[in-house]
Amino acid sequence: MNLRAHATPRSLFTFAVLALCALMPFIAPAIGQDYYVDVFIRIMIWAIAAVSLNLILGYGGMVSFGHAMFLGLGAYTVGILSYYEIYSAFIQWPLALLIGAVVSLGVGAICLRTKGVYFIMITLAFAQMIYFLGVSADEYGSDDGLIIDERSQLGGVLDLDDGLTFYYVVFAFLLLSLFIVKRLVNARFGMVIKGIRSNEDRMQAIGFPTYRYKLACFVIAGVLGTLAGILFANFEKFISPDMMYWTRSGEMIFMVVLGGMGSLFGPVSGAVVYLFLSEFLSNITEQWHIIFGPFLILVVIFARGGIDGLLGGKRRHHG
Amino acid sequence: MAEPLLSVKGLAKRFGGVNATSDLHLDVMPGEIHAVIGPNGAGKTTLIAQLSGMLKPDQGTIVFDGADITRLSAAARSKRGLARSFQVTSVFRDFTATDNVVLSIQAHSGHSFRFWQPVRKETELYDAARRVLDQVGLKDRAGELAGVLSHGEQRRLEIAMALATGPKLLLLDEPLAGMGPEDSARMARFLGTLKGRYTILLIEHDMDVVFALADRITVLDYGQAIASGTPEEIHADPEVRRAYLGEDSLDEEGGATGC
Ligand SMILES: Nc1ncnc2c1ncn2[C@@H]1O[C@H](COP(=O)(O)OP(=O)(O)OP(=O)(O)O)[C@@H](O)[C@H]1O
Ligand SMILES: [Mg+2]
Repeated sequence: MNLRAHATPRSLFTFAVLALCALMPFIAPAIGQDYYVDVFIRIMIWAIAAVSLNLILGYGGMVSFGHAMFLGLGAYTVGILSYYEIYSAFIQWPLALLIGAVVSLGVGAICLRTKGVYFIMITLAFAQMIYFLGVSADEYGSDDGLIIDERSQLGGVLDLDDGLTFYYVVFAFLLLSLFIVKRLVNARFGMVIKGIRSNEDRMQAIGFPTYRYKLACFVIAGVLGTLAGILFANFEKFISPDMMYWTRSGEMIFMVVLGGMGSLFGPVSGAVVYLFLSEFLSNITEQWHIIFGPFLILVVIFARGGIDGLLGGKRRHHG
Repeated sequence: MAEPLLSVKGLAKRFGGVNATSDLHLDVMPGEIHAVIGPNGAGKTTLIAQLSGMLKPDQGTIVFDGADITRLSAAARSKRGLARSFQVTSVFRDFTATDNVVLSIQAHSGHSFRFWQPVRKETELYDAARRVLDQVGLKDRAGELAGVLSHGEQRRLEIAMALATGPKLLLLDEPLAGMGPEDSARMARFLGTLKGRYTILLIEHDMDVVFALADRITVLDYGQAIASGTPEEIHADPEVRRAYLGEDSLDEEGGATGC
Protein backbone atom coordinates (compact mmCIF):
# COMPACT_ATOMS: atom_id res chain seq x y z
CA MET A 1 0.00 0.00 0.00
CA ASN A 2 3.07 2.13 0.29
CA LEU A 3 4.10 1.26 -3.20
CA ARG A 4 4.54 4.37 -5.27
CA ALA A 5 6.27 5.38 -8.46
CA HIS A 6 9.56 3.54 -7.94
CA ALA A 7 10.61 0.46 -6.07
CA THR A 8 12.92 0.86 -3.10
CA PRO A 9 14.07 -2.01 -0.88
CA ARG A 10 11.57 -0.69 1.59
CA SER A 11 8.58 -0.64 -0.71
CA LEU A 12 9.51 -4.04 -2.15
CA PHE A 13 9.66 -5.48 1.34
CA THR A 14 6.30 -3.97 2.24
CA PHE A 15 4.81 -5.35 -0.95
CA ALA A 16 6.34 -8.78 -0.35
CA VAL A 17 5.02 -9.04 3.20
CA LEU A 18 1.54 -7.90 2.23
CA ALA A 19 1.53 -10.24 -0.77
CA LEU A 20 2.57 -13.09 1.49
CA CYS A 21 -0.29 -12.24 3.84
CA ALA A 22 -2.72 -12.00 0.94
CA LEU A 23 -1.74 -15.33 -0.57
CA MET A 24 -0.89 -17.44 2.46
CA PRO A 25 -4.18 -19.40 2.46
CA PHE A 26 -3.09 -20.69 -0.96
CA ILE A 27 0.64 -20.93 -0.36
CA ALA A 28 0.38 -22.89 2.88
CA PRO A 29 -1.52 -25.90 1.53
CA ALA A 30 0.63 -25.88 -1.59
CA ILE A 31 3.79 -26.34 0.44
CA GLY A 32 2.08 -28.74 2.80
CA GLN A 33 2.29 -26.49 5.83
CA ASP A 34 -1.34 -25.77 6.51
CA TYR A 35 -0.67 -24.45 9.99
CA TYR A 36 1.03 -21.40 8.43
CA VAL A 37 -2.42 -19.99 7.85
CA ASP A 38 -2.96 -19.83 11.59
CA VAL A 39 0.54 -18.50 12.13
CA PHE A 40 -0.25 -15.67 9.74
CA ILE A 41 -3.58 -14.87 11.31
CA ARG A 42 -1.79 -14.54 14.61
CA ILE A 43 0.90 -12.38 13.02
CA MET A 44 -1.66 -10.10 11.44
CA ILE A 45 -3.59 -9.64 14.66
CA TRP A 46 -0.41 -8.81 16.53
CA ALA A 47 0.51 -6.51 13.69
CA ILE A 48 -2.73 -4.57 14.12
CA ALA A 49 -1.96 -4.26 17.82
CA ALA A 50 1.59 -3.12 17.07
CA VAL A 51 0.40 -0.65 14.43
CA SER A 52 -1.92 0.88 17.01
CA LEU A 53 0.81 1.04 19.62
CA ASN A 54 3.13 2.64 17.08
CA LEU A 55 0.73 5.55 16.81
CA ILE A 56 1.37 6.61 20.40
CA LEU A 57 4.83 5.12 20.90
CA GLY A 58 6.46 5.66 17.53
CA TYR A 59 4.78 8.79 16.23
CA GLY A 60 3.80 10.38 19.52
CA GLY A 61 6.80 9.39 21.61
CA MET A 62 4.58 8.23 24.48
CA VAL A 63 6.00 5.00 25.81
CA SER A 64 2.89 3.17 26.91
CA PHE A 65 3.69 -0.05 28.72
CA GLY A 66 0.06 -0.99 29.06
CA HIS A 67 -1.18 -1.52 25.57
CA ALA A 68 -2.14 -5.14 26.25
CA MET A 69 -5.02 -3.82 28.35
CA PHE A 70 -6.81 -2.93 25.13
CA LEU A 71 -6.29 -6.39 23.70
CA GLY A 72 -7.83 -7.64 26.90
CA LEU A 73 -10.78 -5.25 26.78
CA GLY A 74 -11.61 -6.22 23.21
CA ALA A 75 -11.23 -9.92 23.85
CA TYR A 76 -13.12 -9.92 27.14
CA THR A 77 -16.04 -7.95 25.75
CA VAL A 78 -16.44 -10.51 22.99
CA GLY A 79 -15.85 -13.41 25.39
CA ILE A 80 -18.22 -12.24 28.10
CA LEU A 81 -21.00 -11.39 25.68
CA SER A 82 -20.66 -14.85 24.11
CA TYR A 83 -20.88 -16.31 27.60
CA TYR A 84 -24.35 -14.76 27.75
CA GLU A 85 -24.98 -16.05 24.26
CA ILE A 86 -24.87 -12.68 22.61
CA TYR A 87 -22.93 -13.47 19.49
CA SER A 88 -23.94 -10.70 17.15
CA ALA A 89 -20.91 -8.79 15.94
CA PHE A 90 -23.13 -5.76 15.61
CA ILE A 91 -23.50 -5.73 19.37
CA GLN A 92 -20.15 -7.20 20.40
CA TRP A 93 -17.85 -5.09 18.29
CA PRO A 94 -19.33 -1.60 18.76
CA LEU A 95 -19.63 -2.26 22.47
CA ALA A 96 -16.03 -3.47 22.69
CA LEU A 97 -14.75 -0.45 20.76
CA LEU A 98 -16.83 1.85 22.92
CA ILE A 99 -15.40 0.29 26.07
CA GLY A 100 -11.92 0.62 24.58
CA ALA A 101 -12.59 4.29 23.86
CA VAL A 102 -13.99 5.06 27.31
CA VAL A 103 -11.23 3.23 29.16
CA SER A 104 -8.46 4.75 27.05
CA LEU A 105 -10.01 8.17 27.62
CA GLY A 106 -10.03 7.68 31.38
CA VAL A 107 -6.65 5.98 31.62
CA GLY A 108 -5.08 8.42 29.16
CA ALA A 109 -6.51 11.44 30.97
CA ILE A 110 -4.68 10.35 34.11
CA CYS A 111 -1.49 8.88 32.64
CA LEU A 112 -0.84 11.79 30.29
CA ARG A 113 -0.48 14.13 33.24
CA THR A 114 2.86 12.43 33.74
CA LYS A 115 5.89 12.04 31.51
CA GLY A 116 8.85 9.78 30.91
CA VAL A 117 9.38 6.97 33.37
CA TYR A 118 6.27 7.92 35.33
CA PHE A 119 4.16 7.54 32.24
CA ILE A 120 5.65 4.11 31.58
CA MET A 121 4.99 3.01 35.14
CA ILE A 122 1.47 4.33 35.41
CA THR A 123 0.32 2.83 32.10
CA LEU A 124 1.81 -0.45 33.28
CA ALA A 125 -0.04 -0.12 36.58
CA PHE A 126 -3.38 0.44 34.86
CA ALA A 127 -2.85 -2.52 32.58
CA GLN A 128 -2.02 -4.72 35.55
CA MET A 129 -5.14 -3.52 37.31
CA ILE A 130 -7.24 -4.66 34.40
CA TYR A 131 -5.25 -7.89 34.26
CA PHE A 132 -6.07 -8.61 37.89
CA LEU A 133 -9.67 -7.76 37.21
CA GLY A 134 -9.59 -10.63 34.71
CA VAL A 135 -7.81 -12.91 37.17
CA SER A 136 -10.39 -12.25 39.85
CA ALA A 137 -13.38 -12.68 37.53
CA ASP A 138 -14.40 -16.14 38.76
CA GLU A 139 -17.57 -16.09 36.75
CA TYR A 140 -15.49 -15.86 33.59
CA GLY A 141 -12.94 -18.48 34.43
CA SER A 142 -10.45 -16.24 36.25
CA ASP A 143 -6.95 -17.59 35.52
CA ASP A 144 -8.13 -20.46 33.38
CA GLY A 145 -10.02 -18.26 31.01
CA LEU A 146 -13.17 -18.85 29.11
CA ILE A 147 -13.94 -20.84 25.99
CA ILE A 148 -15.99 -19.06 23.36
CA ASP A 149 -18.46 -21.35 21.65
CA GLU A 150 -18.98 -19.41 18.49
CA ARG A 151 -17.25 -16.65 16.65
CA SER A 152 -18.98 -13.30 16.29
CA GLN A 153 -21.94 -13.53 13.95
CA LEU A 154 -22.20 -11.05 11.16
CA GLY A 155 -25.83 -11.84 10.45
CA GLY A 156 -25.29 -13.80 7.28
CA VAL A 157 -23.06 -11.17 5.68
CA LEU A 158 -19.91 -13.13 6.37
CA ASP A 159 -19.32 -16.39 8.15
CA LEU A 160 -16.32 -16.01 10.43
CA ASP A 161 -16.38 -19.70 11.26
CA ASP A 162 -15.22 -20.26 7.74
CA GLY A 163 -11.43 -20.26 7.99
CA LEU A 164 -10.79 -18.50 4.72
CA THR A 165 -13.36 -15.81 5.42
CA PHE A 166 -11.94 -15.18 8.85
CA TYR A 167 -8.45 -14.96 7.42
CA TYR A 168 -9.40 -12.28 4.95
CA VAL A 169 -11.43 -10.35 7.49
CA VAL A 170 -8.31 -10.11 9.62
CA PHE A 171 -6.24 -9.17 6.58
CA ALA A 172 -8.75 -6.47 5.66
CA PHE A 173 -8.60 -5.06 9.18
CA LEU A 174 -4.82 -4.98 8.99
CA LEU A 175 -4.98 -3.00 5.75
CA LEU A 176 -7.64 -0.77 7.24
CA SER A 177 -5.59 0.05 10.33
CA LEU A 178 -2.54 0.78 8.19
CA PHE A 179 -4.65 3.05 6.02
CA ILE A 180 -6.12 4.85 9.02
CA VAL A 181 -2.71 5.42 10.59
CA LYS A 182 -1.29 6.58 7.27
CA ARG A 183 -4.01 9.19 6.87
CA LEU A 184 -3.74 10.27 10.50
CA VAL A 185 -0.01 10.83 10.56
CA ASN A 186 -0.03 12.81 7.34
CA ALA A 187 -2.94 14.98 8.41
CA ARG A 188 -2.71 18.05 10.63
CA PHE A 189 -3.28 15.80 13.61
CA GLY A 190 -0.23 13.73 12.73
CA MET A 191 1.93 16.83 12.39
CA VAL A 192 0.95 17.77 15.92
CA ILE A 193 1.61 14.28 17.27
CA LYS A 194 5.04 14.12 15.64
CA GLY A 195 5.79 17.65 16.78
CA ILE A 196 5.03 16.65 20.36
CA ARG A 197 7.44 13.74 20.12
CA SER A 198 10.07 16.04 18.73
CA ASN A 199 9.75 18.92 21.19
CA GLU A 200 6.69 19.27 23.38
CA ASP A 201 7.72 22.52 25.07
CA ARG A 202 8.10 24.17 21.73
CA MET A 203 4.73 22.89 20.64
CA GLN A 204 3.13 24.61 23.61
CA ALA A 205 5.11 27.77 23.01
CA ILE A 206 3.84 28.03 19.44
CA GLY A 207 0.29 27.55 20.61
CA PHE A 208 -0.66 23.87 20.76
CA PRO A 209 -2.51 22.66 23.86
CA THR A 210 -0.57 19.40 23.62
CA TYR A 211 -2.42 17.46 26.30
CA ARG A 212 -5.67 17.14 24.39
CA TYR A 213 -3.89 16.04 21.22
CA LYS A 214 -1.97 13.39 23.11
CA LEU A 215 -5.18 12.22 24.71
CA ALA A 216 -6.92 11.96 21.35
CA CYS A 217 -3.97 9.98 20.05
CA PHE A 218 -4.07 7.69 23.07
CA VAL A 219 -7.76 7.02 22.54
CA ILE A 220 -7.40 6.27 18.82
CA ALA A 221 -4.56 3.86 19.58
CA GLY A 222 -6.64 2.31 22.36
CA VAL A 223 -9.59 1.73 20.07
CA LEU A 224 -7.40 0.16 17.38
CA GLY A 225 -5.80 -2.01 20.05
CA THR A 226 -9.26 -3.08 21.16
CA LEU A 227 -9.99 -4.11 17.58
CA ALA A 228 -6.99 -6.44 17.73
CA GLY A 229 -8.44 -7.88 20.93
CA ILE A 230 -11.80 -8.52 19.27
CA LEU A 231 -10.07 -10.45 16.52
CA PHE A 232 -7.95 -12.33 19.02
CA ALA A 233 -10.92 -13.63 20.93
CA ASN A 234 -12.51 -14.72 17.69
CA PHE A 235 -9.37 -16.40 16.46
CA GLU A 236 -8.55 -18.34 19.61
CA LYS A 237 -12.20 -18.82 20.57
CA PHE A 238 -10.80 -18.42 24.01
CA ILE A 239 -9.98 -15.59 26.40
CA SER A 240 -7.77 -15.50 29.45
CA PRO A 241 -6.06 -12.83 31.51
CA ASP A 242 -2.79 -13.99 29.99
CA MET A 243 -3.45 -11.92 26.87
CA MET A 244 -3.26 -8.75 28.91
CA TYR A 245 -0.35 -9.67 31.14
CA TRP A 246 2.38 -7.04 31.20
CA THR A 247 4.77 -9.17 29.15
CA ARG A 248 2.28 -8.85 26.29
CA SER A 249 2.64 -5.09 26.42
CA GLY A 250 6.39 -5.59 26.43
CA GLU A 251 6.21 -7.83 23.38
CA MET A 252 4.25 -5.20 21.51
CA ILE A 253 6.87 -2.59 22.34
CA PHE A 254 9.52 -4.97 21.00
CA MET A 255 7.61 -5.42 17.77
CA VAL A 256 7.38 -1.67 17.28
CA VAL A 257 11.03 -1.07 18.13
CA LEU A 258 12.17 -4.02 16.05
CA GLY A 259 10.17 -2.87 13.06
CA GLY A 260 11.05 0.78 13.35
CA MET A 261 9.31 3.33 15.54
CA GLY A 262 7.32 5.93 13.71
CA SER A 263 7.37 4.19 10.36
CA LEU A 264 4.04 3.14 8.95
CA PHE A 265 4.87 -0.44 8.05
CA GLY A 266 7.57 -1.00 10.67
CA PRO A 267 5.29 -2.56 13.29
CA VAL A 268 4.04 -5.11 10.74
CA SER A 269 7.61 -6.12 9.90
CA GLY A 270 8.31 -6.18 13.61
CA ALA A 271 5.38 -8.49 14.29
CA VAL A 272 6.39 -10.82 11.46
CA VAL A 273 10.01 -11.08 12.52
CA TYR A 274 9.24 -11.23 16.22
CA LEU A 275 6.69 -14.02 15.93
CA PHE A 276 8.70 -16.02 13.43
CA LEU A 277 11.86 -15.74 15.47
CA SER A 278 10.15 -16.70 18.70
CA GLU A 279 8.47 -19.63 16.92
CA PHE A 280 11.74 -20.72 15.34
CA LEU A 281 13.86 -20.27 18.45
CA SER A 282 11.37 -21.94 20.75
CA ASN A 283 11.56 -25.01 18.48
CA ILE A 284 15.30 -25.14 18.98
CA THR A 285 15.47 -24.63 22.71
CA GLU A 286 13.31 -24.14 25.75
CA GLN A 287 15.47 -21.25 26.84
CA TRP A 288 14.83 -19.26 23.69
CA HIS A 289 14.41 -16.07 25.66
CA ILE A 290 18.11 -16.17 26.46
CA ILE A 291 18.91 -15.83 22.77
CA PHE A 292 16.04 -13.52 22.03
CA GLY A 293 16.81 -10.97 24.74
CA PRO A 294 20.33 -10.12 23.57
CA PHE A 295 19.13 -10.07 19.96
CA LEU A 296 16.59 -7.41 20.82
CA ILE A 297 19.16 -5.40 22.69
CA LEU A 298 21.47 -5.54 19.69
CA VAL A 299 18.69 -4.32 17.43
CA VAL A 300 17.96 -1.41 19.72
CA ILE A 301 21.63 -0.45 19.92
CA PHE A 302 22.80 -1.04 16.35
CA ALA A 303 19.72 -0.70 14.22
CA ARG A 304 18.16 2.44 15.54
CA GLY A 305 15.45 2.62 12.94
CA GLY A 306 14.72 -1.11 13.28
CA ILE A 307 13.92 -3.12 10.18
CA ASP A 308 12.54 -0.03 8.50
CA GLY A 309 15.86 1.71 9.11
CA LEU A 310 17.81 -1.20 7.62
CA LEU A 311 15.62 -1.02 4.53
CA GLY A 312 16.59 2.59 4.05
CA GLY A 313 13.56 4.24 5.56
CA LYS A 314 14.21 7.41 7.45
CA ARG A 315 12.25 9.60 9.68
CA ARG A 316 12.12 12.58 7.48
CA HIS A 317 9.48 15.16 6.93
CA HIS A 318 9.74 16.65 3.51
CA GLY A 319 9.27 20.36 3.12
CA MET B 1 -0.63 58.04 27.00
CA ALA B 2 -1.58 54.70 25.46
CA GLU B 3 -2.23 51.58 27.49
CA PRO B 4 0.76 49.28 27.82
CA LEU B 5 0.50 46.10 25.74
CA LEU B 6 2.14 44.13 28.52
CA SER B 7 2.03 45.07 32.14
CA VAL B 8 3.82 43.09 34.83
CA LYS B 9 3.08 43.86 38.46
CA GLY B 10 4.80 42.55 41.54
CA LEU B 11 6.08 39.41 39.84
CA ALA B 12 8.07 37.04 42.06
CA LYS B 13 9.63 33.63 41.60
CA ARG B 14 11.92 31.75 43.95
CA PHE B 15 14.01 28.67 43.26
CA GLY B 16 14.92 27.35 46.68
CA GLY B 17 16.91 30.19 48.14
CA VAL B 18 17.35 32.07 44.89
CA ASN B 19 15.10 35.04 44.10
CA ALA B 20 15.04 34.61 40.35
CA THR B 21 12.33 37.26 40.05
CA SER B 22 11.50 39.58 42.87
CA ASP B 23 8.77 42.23 43.01
CA LEU B 24 9.25 42.98 39.37
CA HIS B 25 7.26 45.73 37.64
CA LEU B 26 7.50 46.19 33.92
CA ASP B 27 5.44 47.84 31.17
CA VAL B 28 5.88 47.30 27.47
CA MET B 29 4.20 49.91 25.28
CA PRO B 30 2.71 49.05 21.91
CA GLY B 31 5.20 49.36 19.10
CA GLU B 32 8.31 49.70 21.21
CA ILE B 33 11.39 47.56 21.49
CA HIS B 34 11.89 47.16 25.17
CA ALA B 35 15.24 45.65 26.06
CA VAL B 36 15.82 43.81 29.30
CA ILE B 37 19.46 43.56 30.23
CA GLY B 38 21.30 42.28 33.25
CA PRO B 39 24.24 40.10 34.23
CA ASN B 40 24.19 36.31 33.94
CA GLY B 41 21.71 34.82 36.33
CA ALA B 42 19.82 38.09 36.76
CA GLY B 43 16.55 36.32 35.99
CA LYS B 44 15.94 37.33 32.39
CA THR B 45 15.11 33.88 31.07
CA THR B 46 13.03 33.18 34.15
CA LEU B 47 11.05 36.33 33.38
CA ILE B 48 10.41 35.20 29.81
CA ALA B 49 9.40 31.76 31.05
CA GLN B 50 6.78 33.34 33.31
CA LEU B 51 5.55 35.72 30.64
CA SER B 52 5.17 32.92 28.12
CA GLY B 53 3.41 30.65 30.60
CA MET B 54 6.00 27.92 30.88
CA LEU B 55 6.71 28.75 34.51
CA LYS B 56 4.17 29.73 37.17
CA PRO B 57 5.05 32.84 39.14
CA ASP B 58 4.80 32.67 42.93
CA GLN B 59 3.27 36.13 43.04
CA GLY B 60 2.20 38.98 40.85
CA THR B 61 0.05 39.54 37.81
CA ILE B 62 0.68 39.68 34.11
CA VAL B 63 -1.74 41.72 32.03
CA PHE B 64 -1.46 41.36 28.28
CA ASP B 65 -3.57 43.19 25.74
CA GLY B 66 -6.08 44.19 28.40
CA ALA B 67 -6.56 40.75 29.94
CA ASP B 68 -5.07 39.08 33.00
CA ILE B 69 -3.14 36.13 31.60
CA THR B 70 -1.31 35.15 34.78
CA ARG B 71 -3.04 31.82 34.96
CA LEU B 72 -3.26 30.96 31.29
CA SER B 73 -1.33 28.09 29.73
CA ALA B 74 1.52 28.72 27.34
CA ALA B 75 -0.62 27.60 24.41
CA ALA B 76 -3.46 29.93 25.36
CA ARG B 77 -1.05 32.86 25.61
CA SER B 78 0.33 32.03 22.22
CA LYS B 79 -3.21 32.10 20.86
CA ARG B 80 -3.62 35.60 22.29
CA GLY B 81 -0.57 36.82 20.44
CA LEU B 82 2.38 36.22 22.70
CA ALA B 83 5.34 34.55 21.03
CA ARG B 84 8.74 33.67 22.39
CA SER B 85 12.08 32.53 21.14
CA PHE B 86 14.45 30.46 23.21
CA GLN B 87 17.93 31.31 24.43
CA VAL B 88 18.90 27.69 23.94
CA THR B 89 17.72 26.85 20.44
CA SER B 90 14.51 24.86 20.58
CA VAL B 91 13.34 23.71 17.18
CA PHE B 92 11.91 20.49 15.78
CA ARG B 93 15.20 18.97 14.75
CA ASP B 94 13.75 16.06 12.80
CA PHE B 95 11.39 18.31 10.85
CA THR B 96 12.39 20.33 7.81
CA ALA B 97 12.81 24.07 8.24
CA THR B 98 9.57 24.50 6.33
CA ASP B 99 7.65 22.10 8.56
CA ASN B 100 8.96 23.89 11.65
CA VAL B 101 7.34 27.06 10.42
CA VAL B 102 4.27 25.26 9.10
CA LEU B 103 3.60 23.97 12.61
CA SER B 104 3.65 27.51 13.96
CA ILE B 105 1.20 28.68 11.34
CA GLN B 106 -0.96 25.60 11.74
CA ALA B 107 -1.27 26.31 15.46
CA HIS B 108 -2.85 29.66 14.59
CA SER B 109 -5.15 28.69 11.77
CA GLY B 110 -7.96 26.74 13.35
CA HIS B 111 -7.72 23.54 15.35
CA SER B 112 -5.70 20.51 14.34
CA PHE B 113 -8.23 17.80 15.06
CA ARG B 114 -8.23 17.14 11.37
CA PHE B 115 -7.51 13.51 10.92
CA TRP B 116 -7.92 12.81 7.27
CA GLN B 117 -6.73 15.44 4.79
CA PRO B 118 -2.97 15.49 4.23
CA VAL B 119 -1.35 18.70 5.48
CA ARG B 120 0.66 18.76 2.27
CA LYS B 121 -2.50 19.74 0.44
CA GLU B 122 -2.95 22.88 2.49
CA THR B 123 -0.91 24.97 0.11
CA GLU B 124 -1.71 28.21 1.92
CA LEU B 125 0.15 26.88 4.99
CA TYR B 126 3.20 26.15 2.88
CA ASP B 127 3.03 29.42 0.98
CA ALA B 128 2.88 31.31 4.25
CA ALA B 129 5.78 29.28 5.64
CA ARG B 130 7.89 30.03 2.59
CA ARG B 131 7.25 33.74 3.01
CA VAL B 132 8.39 33.65 6.62
CA LEU B 133 11.50 31.62 5.74
CA ASP B 134 12.26 34.10 3.00
CA GLN B 135 12.01 36.91 5.52
CA VAL B 136 14.72 35.38 7.70
CA GLY B 137 16.84 34.35 4.73
CA LEU B 138 16.27 30.62 4.98
CA LYS B 139 14.44 30.13 1.71
CA ASP B 140 17.28 28.12 0.21
CA ARG B 141 17.40 25.86 3.25
CA ALA B 142 13.67 25.23 3.44
CA GLY B 143 13.90 21.51 2.70
CA GLU B 144 16.73 20.75 5.13
CA LEU B 145 16.12 19.14 8.48
CA ALA B 146 16.35 21.76 11.20
CA GLY B 147 18.87 19.60 13.02
CA VAL B 148 21.43 19.86 10.22
CA LEU B 149 21.20 23.64 9.84
CA SER B 150 24.13 25.69 11.10
CA HIS B 151 23.82 27.34 14.49
CA GLY B 152 23.17 30.73 12.91
CA GLU B 153 20.49 29.27 10.67
CA GLN B 154 18.83 27.52 13.58
CA ARG B 155 18.75 30.80 15.46
CA ARG B 156 17.00 32.42 12.53
CA LEU B 157 14.56 29.53 12.31
CA GLU B 158 13.92 30.02 16.00
CA ILE B 159 12.80 33.61 15.29
CA ALA B 160 10.89 32.55 12.18
CA MET B 161 8.80 30.14 14.25
CA ALA B 162 7.89 32.93 16.65
CA LEU B 163 7.09 35.36 13.82
CA ALA B 164 4.96 32.76 12.04
CA THR B 165 2.45 32.77 14.89
CA GLY B 166 1.52 36.34 13.93
CA PRO B 167 2.29 37.73 17.38
CA LYS B 168 1.31 41.01 18.99
CA LEU B 169 4.32 40.78 21.26
CA LEU B 170 7.60 39.04 20.59
CA LEU B 171 9.66 37.85 23.53
CA LEU B 172 13.17 37.31 22.22
CA ASP B 173 15.61 35.61 24.57
CA GLU B 174 19.11 36.45 23.40
CA PRO B 175 18.60 36.07 19.66
CA LEU B 176 22.35 36.52 19.14
CA ALA B 177 23.35 33.85 21.65
CA GLY B 178 26.40 31.86 20.61
CA MET B 179 26.73 33.50 17.21
CA GLY B 180 29.90 34.48 15.42
CA PRO B 181 30.41 38.08 14.29
CA GLU B 182 28.98 37.51 10.83
CA ASP B 183 25.80 35.78 11.98
CA SER B 184 25.43 38.35 14.77
CA ALA B 185 25.61 41.25 12.36
CA ARG B 186 23.09 39.60 10.12
CA MET B 187 20.69 38.91 12.97
CA ALA B 188 21.09 42.46 14.28
CA ARG B 189 20.21 43.79 10.84
CA PHE B 190 17.21 41.54 10.73
CA LEU B 191 16.01 42.67 14.16
CA GLY B 192 16.35 46.22 12.85
CA THR B 193 13.85 45.42 10.13
CA LEU B 194 11.33 44.35 12.78
CA LYS B 195 11.55 47.67 14.59
CA GLY B 196 8.33 49.62 14.27
CA ARG B 197 6.48 46.59 12.91
CA TYR B 198 6.46 44.51 16.06
CA THR B 199 6.34 45.13 19.75
CA ILE B 200 9.35 43.35 21.17
CA LEU B 201 10.69 42.49 24.58
CA LEU B 202 14.33 41.92 23.77
CA ILE B 203 16.83 40.21 26.00
CA GLU B 204 20.33 40.61 24.74
CA HIS B 205 23.86 40.75 26.06
CA ASP B 206 25.27 42.57 23.04
CA MET B 207 25.14 46.19 24.16
CA ASP B 208 25.74 47.58 20.68
CA VAL B 209 22.60 45.88 19.49
CA VAL B 210 20.62 46.84 22.57
CA PHE B 211 21.53 50.50 22.41
CA ALA B 212 21.00 50.62 18.67
CA LEU B 213 17.55 49.04 18.73
CA ALA B 214 15.87 49.66 22.07
CA ASP B 215 13.35 52.42 22.69
CA ARG B 216 13.50 51.65 26.38
CA ILE B 217 15.72 49.53 28.56
CA THR B 218 15.05 47.84 31.87
CA VAL B 219 18.00 46.62 33.88
CA LEU B 220 17.56 43.49 35.96
CA ASP B 221 19.77 42.49 38.83
CA TYR B 222 18.97 39.68 41.25
CA GLY B 223 15.51 39.44 39.76
CA GLN B 224 14.69 43.08 40.37
CA ALA B 225 14.36 45.99 38.00
CA ILE B 226 17.03 48.36 39.27
CA ALA B 227 16.50 50.90 36.50
CA SER B 228 14.25 51.58 33.55
CA GLY B 229 14.37 54.31 30.97
CA THR B 230 15.54 55.45 27.57
CA PRO B 231 18.93 54.26 26.35
CA GLU B 232 20.35 57.68 27.22
CA GLU B 233 19.02 57.54 30.77
CA ILE B 234 20.32 54.01 31.27
CA HIS B 235 23.62 55.01 29.80
CA ALA B 236 23.92 57.77 32.34
CA ASP B 237 22.60 55.90 35.35
CA PRO B 238 25.42 55.46 37.84
CA GLU B 239 23.84 52.47 39.57
CA VAL B 240 23.49 50.62 36.29
CA ARG B 241 27.09 51.28 35.42
CA ARG B 242 28.14 49.90 38.76
CA ALA B 243 25.89 46.85 38.72
CA TYR B 244 26.22 45.72 35.21
CA LEU B 245 27.73 47.74 32.47
CA GLY B 246 31.08 48.27 34.08
CA GLU B 247 32.54 51.76 34.24
CA ASP B 248 34.76 51.43 31.23
CA SER B 249 32.71 49.56 28.72
CA LEU B 250 30.37 52.46 28.10
CA ASP B 251 32.89 55.27 28.03
CA GLU B 252 34.23 54.00 24.78
CA GLU B 253 30.76 53.53 23.31
CA GLY B 254 30.16 49.96 22.39
CA GLY B 255 31.85 47.59 24.79
CA ALA B 256 29.97 44.54 23.72
CA THR B 257 29.86 42.18 26.63
CA GLY B 258 29.58 38.64 25.44
CA CYS B 259 27.67 36.05 27.31
N1 LIG C 1 14.68 25.68 37.02
C1 LIG C 1 15.50 26.29 37.89
N2 LIG C 1 15.75 25.73 39.09
C2 LIG C 1 16.54 26.34 39.98
N3 LIG C 1 17.14 27.52 39.77
C3 LIG C 1 16.94 28.12 38.60
C4 LIG C 1 16.10 27.54 37.60
N4 LIG C 1 16.07 28.37 36.52
C5 LIG C 1 16.86 29.42 36.85
N5 LIG C 1 17.37 29.29 38.09
C6 LIG C 1 18.21 30.26 38.78
O1 LIG C 1 17.55 31.50 38.72
C7 LIG C 1 18.45 32.53 38.46
C8 LIG C 1 18.05 33.27 37.21
O2 LIG C 1 18.29 32.44 36.09
P1 LIG C 1 17.98 32.90 34.61
O3 LIG C 1 18.25 31.76 33.73
O4 LIG C 1 16.63 33.51 34.55
O5 LIG C 1 19.08 34.04 34.36
P2 LIG C 1 19.40 34.86 33.05
O6 LIG C 1 19.29 36.29 33.41
O7 LIG C 1 18.59 34.39 31.92
O8 LIG C 1 20.92 34.49 32.82
P3 LIG C 1 21.75 34.35 31.46
O9 LIG C 1 22.17 35.71 31.06
O10 LIG C 1 22.93 33.52 31.85
O11 LIG C 1 20.88 33.69 30.48
C9 LIG C 1 19.83 31.90 38.39
O12 LIG C 1 20.42 32.03 39.66
C10 LIG C 1 19.53 30.47 38.08
O13 LIG C 1 20.53 29.63 38.61
MG1 LIG D 1 18.97 33.53 30.13
